[in-house]
Amino acid sequence: MPSVDQLAAAAAAVSAVDPVPWARSQMAFTLGFHIILVPLGVSWAAMALIANYRGVKHGDRDALELAQRWSKYMAVTFAVGAVTGTVLSFEFGLLWPRFMAQWGDAFGVPFAFEGIFFFLEAIFVAIYIFGWRRLRPWPHFWTGVPIVLAGVLGSVSVVAANAWMNAPTGYTLDDSGAIVAVDPVRVIFNDSMPWQAAHMVVAAYLVGGCLVASVYAFAMLRGRRDRYHRLGFTIAFTVAAVAAPVQMAVGDGLARWVYENQPVKFAAIELVPETSSDVPETLLGRLGPDGQVEGGLPIPGLASWLSDPSTGRDTVVQGLDAVPADERPTTREVNTVHLAWDVMVGIGTLLLLLAVWYGVVWLVRRRAPRGRLFLAAVSASGVLAVLAMEAGWIVTEVGRQPWIVYEVMRVEDAATGNEGVWATFLGVVLLYLVLGTTTVLVLRAMSRRFRRQAAFRDDDTPYGPTPDGVGRVPDDARAPEPAAGGTAPDHDARGPR
Amino acid sequence: MSTAVAVVLLLALAAYAAFGGADFGAGFWDLTAGGAERGAAPRAVVERSIGPVWEANHVWLIFVLVVTWTAFPEAYAAIWLTMFVPLTIAAVGIVLRGASFAFRKAVVGPRVRRVFGGGFALSSVLVPFCLGAVAGGIAAGEVPAGGRAGDPVTSWLNPVSVAVGVLAVALAAYLAAVYLVRDARHGDDPAMVGYFRRRAVGAAVVAGVVAAVGLVVVDRDAHPVFEGLVTTALPLVVAGTLGAVGALVLLVRDAPRGARVLAVLAVTSVIAAWGVAQWPDLLPGALSVADAAAPDGTLVALVAAVGLGVLLVAPGFVLLYVLAQRRLLPEEGVEP
Repeated sequence: MPSVDQLAAAAAAVSAVDPVPWARSQMAFTLGFHIILVPLGVSWAAMALIANYRGVKHGDRDALELAQRWSKYMAVTFAVGAVTGTVLSFEFGLLWPRFMAQWGDAFGVPFAFEGIFFFLEAIFVAIYIFGWRRLRPWPHFWTGVPIVLAGVLGSVSVVAANAWMNAPTGYTLDDSGAIVAVDPVRVIFNDSMPWQAAHMVVAAYLVGGCLVASVYAFAMLRGRRDRYHRLGFTIAFTVAAVAAPVQMAVGDGLARWVYENQPVKFAAIELVPETSSDVPETLLGRLGPDGQVEGGLPIPGLASWLSDPSTGRDTVVQGLDAVPADERPTTREVNTVHLAWDVMVGIGTLLLLLAVWYGVVWLVRRRAPRGRLFLAAVSASGVLAVLAMEAGWIVTEVGRQPWIVYEVMRVEDAATGNEGVWATFLGVVLLYLVLGTTTVLVLRAMSRRFRRQAAFRDDDTPYGPTPDGVGRVPDDARAPEPAAGGTAPDHDARGPR
Repeated sequence: MSTAVAVVLLLALAAYAAFGGADFGAGFWDLTAGGAERGAAPRAVVERSIGPVWEANHVWLIFVLVVTWTAFPEAYAAIWLTMFVPLTIAAVGIVLRGASFAFRKAVVGPRVRRVFGGGFALSSVLVPFCLGAVAGGIAAGEVPAGGRAGDPVTSWLNPVSVAVGVLAVALAAYLAAVYLVRDARHGDDPAMVGYFRRRAVGAAVVAGVVAAVGLVVVDRDAHPVFEGLVTTALPLVVAGTLGAVGALVLLVRDAPRGARVLAVLAVTSVIAAWGVAQWPDLLPGALSVADAAAPDGTLVALVAAVGLGVLLVAPGFVLLYVLAQRRLLPEEGVEP
């Protein structure tokens, strides 16, 4: 039997591990989890409002039912987003106390505004979700609008803080390295902020649209092709289809900003070991141990050409060797960044093609494509879009290594010295696995329950019945089922799976 | 300027105690409501009462955190460096609580509901205790400045911390019971009115006793703060005590509306008294408000954000509460 002392020594040995990689892992994991909920928080409300508008304006009860159910799902995803977001604000202190002590007075400024927008969002989400039965239609609709605005402005604020880590400006240091003056406007509107914020907001609409559309496309593939499902599919995928080309343009702009301002990150993205012109765009491939590119499919000159079309293939791209090894990402990190970049751009291109397909069919036939292949592709687009967004964050975060504040503070100087972080990391992973699984199970249980309800129960009808009958949408206002749809709406077969 | 931001911080903390605290307290009564059958009625009142408002109330905490790390970054880092254990527990509790509450509303199966209900209720007690323990540790001077960490255990498991932690749970339960009396009355549920009134009176007595014991402990282990409480902060202590006694009288006389106002006065006075008593220190014995403060540019931006908040958030917050109080935001959950 080992003595208590021996056990304590063994425990100490196990726990005395370098906290930095664990802190990085925990932050990456919790951010990666939270970011899945962000698009839903930002864009789902907008989609629900589109349905809501249609429902009230044209007396379309399918649209109204969609809006109401979406808002009920939103209540769950918003709550999970709120608590996982809270965890992040705790982690700033738990994992990065030295970063916060040094930079909190600059880095924190955008969050002060984010707090205000989050407040607005929480207030109006509650009013909108709980207001279905007793508020009048148009006032109720308008209580949803602040959610959309606050969602966009809130994510712009948070991304502004991240952008500041890429382009730190708006502060003055004294001789000891402490901040003595802060220009809050320069902090918020740092050079990276416009591109990064636009990229994230459009991503929220692209990912949110694809996620919601994928559920309805999958249901349609399984035979639930009634008007309710077609409407849900059309609203969501139209949002995604509009966002996809915009995202390409914004992403291109951001990449050029990175080319000009974070050449090391750009070299990792494009897998450029040495500074040169006529740099190929290498698809896949990796950096070998000798620092040279291995494998992959090089497209001659394309990386140079894309970096600055005005100079074409003569554009010089700075290589990884331009900075000392300890001031750039490790080879493993470079390969991670490059692979993530390929995943993001690859999926983005697929989504763009899907959007073009949708747009062309719409222009020619005045209706959404309904073929099995298209529906299957859209069914997959939700997960793919989430992957692309995660990959995008990996590019910007891993590509910034070893810096937490670009060229100003290193990650290892920012992390906590607390050696127990490995334990909290494992705990958090377990907790979030349970949380994520439960969220999916709860959403599915809700959808099954919705489907079981033969029709609106009287007490669950939007906007009524009210004592004076005001605002009640008459039953006969339900839009007629088009001939192509066959028989009367099949309520039993409703609801996404 | 740093004083203004410190006042904002204290007000936000008081608002979190008055609004968010009551949600935690509601969880306490959910926890103690008994078996599924016996506890169904009080749990329904709890769910109806906090359903629409808990998320907005939760944002007060986020706001407190943001103001602390932006305006007083060194203090924020110091607190987290020392208090990582209770704060980690609180973070886990917040996740369990919010998610469980949202999930419970969304599901029908009684067994699943009980699991989520248990998660919600248990963490509703855990979180205020941990946050109170952190506050107690700060008051007792357990948080050093300058990048050093205090003791990870005794910094929050010491007499002052435990007293303040228990006080936080008791005050939350007290506030919640006072609110729920009125909500039950709105729901025309005389049985529940009596139920929560008895509990409000009970919680008031318990909180009073804990507060008295806490004062003795603070005198012994956090003497500088005690000095403040009996001098500069004395008016607030008196106001809080009068509010608490007045609320008790009104409760017994069955006037829940006035009781609610006085109960809020009592709880916010405790927070305000704490802040005034340790003034001008942010971390007693280690860091003053003025020394911890960020440069003026940051503080101006914070005050601007608060101004924007008053313009935008305040009307929304009032609208939410008015609609909720007029029962225009009925619980969307399913009937079990």
